[in-house]
Amino acid sequence: MTQHVSFRYRVAFSKTDAMRYTSHLDLQRTWERTFRRARLPLAFTQGFHPHPRLVFAAALPLGLTADEELMDLWLREHVSLQHLHDALSESVPAGLRLVAAEVVSPTAPSLPHDVIAAEYRVSLDRSVDLDALATRVAALLAAERLERERRGRKYDLRPLVEALELMNGGAEVAALRMRLASRPSATGRADEVLDALGLDVALCRSHRTRLVLAATGT
Amino acid sequence: MNATDIENTLHHILPTVERPGRYTGGELNQIVKPWDSASVRVALAFPDIYDLGMPNLGLAILYDLLNRRDDVLAERVYLPWIDMEAAMREARIPLYALESKRPVSEFDILGVSLPYETLYTNLLNLLDLSGIPLRAAERANDDPLVVAGGHATFNPEPMADFIDAFAIGDGEGLITDIVDAVREWKNSGSPREALLRSLARIEGVYVPSLYRVTYDEQGLPEIVESLAPEARTPILKRICPELPPPVTRFIVPYIDVVQNRAAIEIMRGCTRGCRFCHAGMVTRPVRERAVDEIVTAIEEALAQTGYEEVALLSLSSSDYDEILDLVREVGKRFGEQRINVALPSLRIESVSVDLMELLQGSGRRGGFTLAPEAASERMRRLINKPVSTDGVLSTAREIYSRGWQTIKLYFMIGHPSETLDDVREIARLAKAVLTEGRKAIGGRAKVNVGVSTFVPKPHTPLQWVACDAAEQVEAKQHLLSRELRGKGLKLSWNDFRETMVEAWLSRGDRRLGEVVLEAWRRGARFDAWQDQLRYDAWLDAFESAGLDPAFYTHRDRALDELLPWDHIDAGLKKSFLIEDYGWSLEDRTRVDCRDECFACGILPKFKSLRREHPGDVWECPESGKSAGNSAPVERESRT
Repeated sequence: MTQHVSFRYRVAFSKTDAMRYTSHLDLQRTWERTFRRARLPLAFTQGFHPHPRLVFAAALPLGLTADEELMDLWLREHVSLQHLHDALSESVPAGLRLVAAEVVSPTAPSLPHDVIAAEYRVSLDRSVDLDALATRVAALLAAERLERERRGRKYDLRPLVEALELMNGGAEVAALRMRLASRPSATGRADEVLDALGLDVALCRSHRTRLVLAATGT
Repeated sequence: MNATDIENTLHHILPTVERPGRYTGGELNQIVKPWDSASVRVALAFPDIYDLGMPNLGLAILYDLLNRRDDVLAERVYLPWIDMEAAMREARIPLYALESKRPVSEFDILGVSLPYETLYTNLLNLLDLSGIPLRAAERANDDPLVVAGGHATFNPEPMADFIDAFAIGDGEGLITDIVDAVREWKNSGSPREALLRSLARIEGVYVPSLYRVTYDEQGLPEIVESLAPEARTPILKRICPELPPPVTRFIVPYIDVVQNRAAIEIMRGCTRGCRFCHAGMVTRPVRERAVDEIVTAIEEALAQTGYEEVALLSLSSSDYDEILDLVREVGKRFGEQRINVALPSLRIESVSVDLMELLQGSGRRGGFTLAPEAASERMRRLINKPVSTDGVLSTAREIYSRGWQTIKLYFMIGHPSETLDDVREIARLAKAVLTEGRKAIGGRAKVNVGVSTFVPKPHTPLQWVACDAAEQVEAKQHLLSRELRGKGLKLSWNDFRETMVEAWLSRGDRRLGEVVLEAWRRGARFDAWQDQLRYDAWLDAFESAGLDPAFYTHRDRALDELLPWDHIDAGLKKSFLIEDYGWSLEDRTRVDCRDECFACGILPKFKSLRREHPGDVWECPESGKSAGNSAPVERESRT
């Protein structure tokens, strides 16, 4: 029960296919089981309800896929990065893939507090009227405020939209690219932007391409 | 619609429904085989949502077993929840199997698990969503063969119109033979009738269309007539003489489901002989797995799944011969790995507390469950679960003083001859347990009381008795809700209407097929979900079929009456059941049948199997003639 020593790592992973319907809570459990299968001993928190020490940068909303989600983890034993990478790669279920692994200083800032923004790419169904959408994108960017209500709470979406661009992909499907603020108490949601643009969410496929950390800058 | 169309349409539908992870497949350890590699394709279905179907161990066993065969592929099917059903009907997607997304109608066999009766309307819905004709008689050569198994099918009659073949008893051997028969039939090009007749030759298979039931002027079944030479009566259940190696490659869902864990069956059957217990009667004889087989299986299962919890399943864990050894070994091997080991169905005695302590170490304590099952000592003797009130209290004292804060007590009301005074004993006992808790740990002590209503089940010694009257049950529930109030006490009970649906369907005859169909047409489904139950639809369905529900549930049946399930032989002699029923009226109890054989019928009926599998493989005595005269066996796990 006494594990004061633990080793901190950071991994980047992609979340695709059926895994996009795994909620944040279930994803946590999926990772715990992956570590058990990989025989990598996660450290546990102290206290009456000990739980494995896994910290995610930012919860990914249900239904979204992602290229590079970030997670910090603490192991009871030191393992090489190569071993961590290989053991996890072998043990992840379909829909999760390991992108990178690194050692993080035990005193580095907590991952969720280090995130400042997130970038998204939203693929649009062919039935979407792109000209009309371009006009609405321009209007949204030109607006000073964008009052929205989510779960009974009013807020201004506009300052959370740091960048928004319609990519008219020619032969490829058209997509929206956006960068949304992602700070504690100031997190923009891609589906809110889509709704504000009058898009039917069922005709869009949202994908988080990157999380932006304060340390790595803009 | 083919698999690709279905998959494309799902992309649009899934983001709009609740918990889409139920409908995707693709989980860790699922088995996907090329469609053309198999000569027989089986869709294994649980007729409720994924969340409840995934943990079903019976289907996990069959899935594992079938997919080990090169010539067979098996995939999973669950019922969509209401929102998804609406979306699928609107988009015209048929029900599909999770692995390949192929429509269920493309499979050769649809194997359905029916562990309890309130799944019957769901099964009709499942057939309807699959585009398979509901009635067996309307199915053509290219429709899947619809096979049902599970505990509820020990009275197959209410579903006889809809099922091509019932697999009665342990599924392992049955499914293998059924698959072989289908493979041969596919090669032969013969009509469906030929398949049904060849299935009827398999031990444990009941093909209802090959029998005709006639009723007398009172509506009582009179004769069960066989319509083909292959159709025997009675149909003796199938048993596995020895339990095969347990499943260890469990599918790990992407989303949380109930009992999301590895499950290892440590023992099948039960020697206790509780008279209300359907499972304890129909799963005889008792067969145990060896300690080292179980421990190795846990190890394998954890390595394959990464689960943090494993359940050791049986009907009565305390009765597993080497339970103490098993628990010590499990504690030694997995204690350091923060694996939670669940050991349900423990007897009410202090040894159970020792066992739980050994398993859980000094870690977190959840609730501790005790099931006295009946209110007073008199009622407990009547159902042959003779636990003394003092025994309950001293066990409760141990539980609280060793760190648990909550005790869950399970009872049934509505046992034969039970009065309001008996039921008052439930309240008294629960409060006395709480008092023990207060003495041990003060105000933190809690008691949760769960009260269900007794349904006399087929093939049990109480199969002849009537259900308790509605107003009686309601009066008893009312009494309990009045008495069991206050700090530290929580009471939950089953809606009487839910119990009634279960009772009609467990005790019904073939004519109930019309009622099930009509109830489904009138919107009944998810009958096991309290907020979905459509009781009016059921009453209307009875009326439209011209049947009286009380005929099935609220009359004592005569001992010489032909019961609707009498042509299904669960291995128990009727004379044994009648004798035991008599004993219940005379306040006589039986000891564990490991200590004394009461000649229930299993040994003579499976004489040759017992001879081929001698020794400790079964808990029954070796000779078939030892009724009542075998020496009591000393057992280490007793105290």
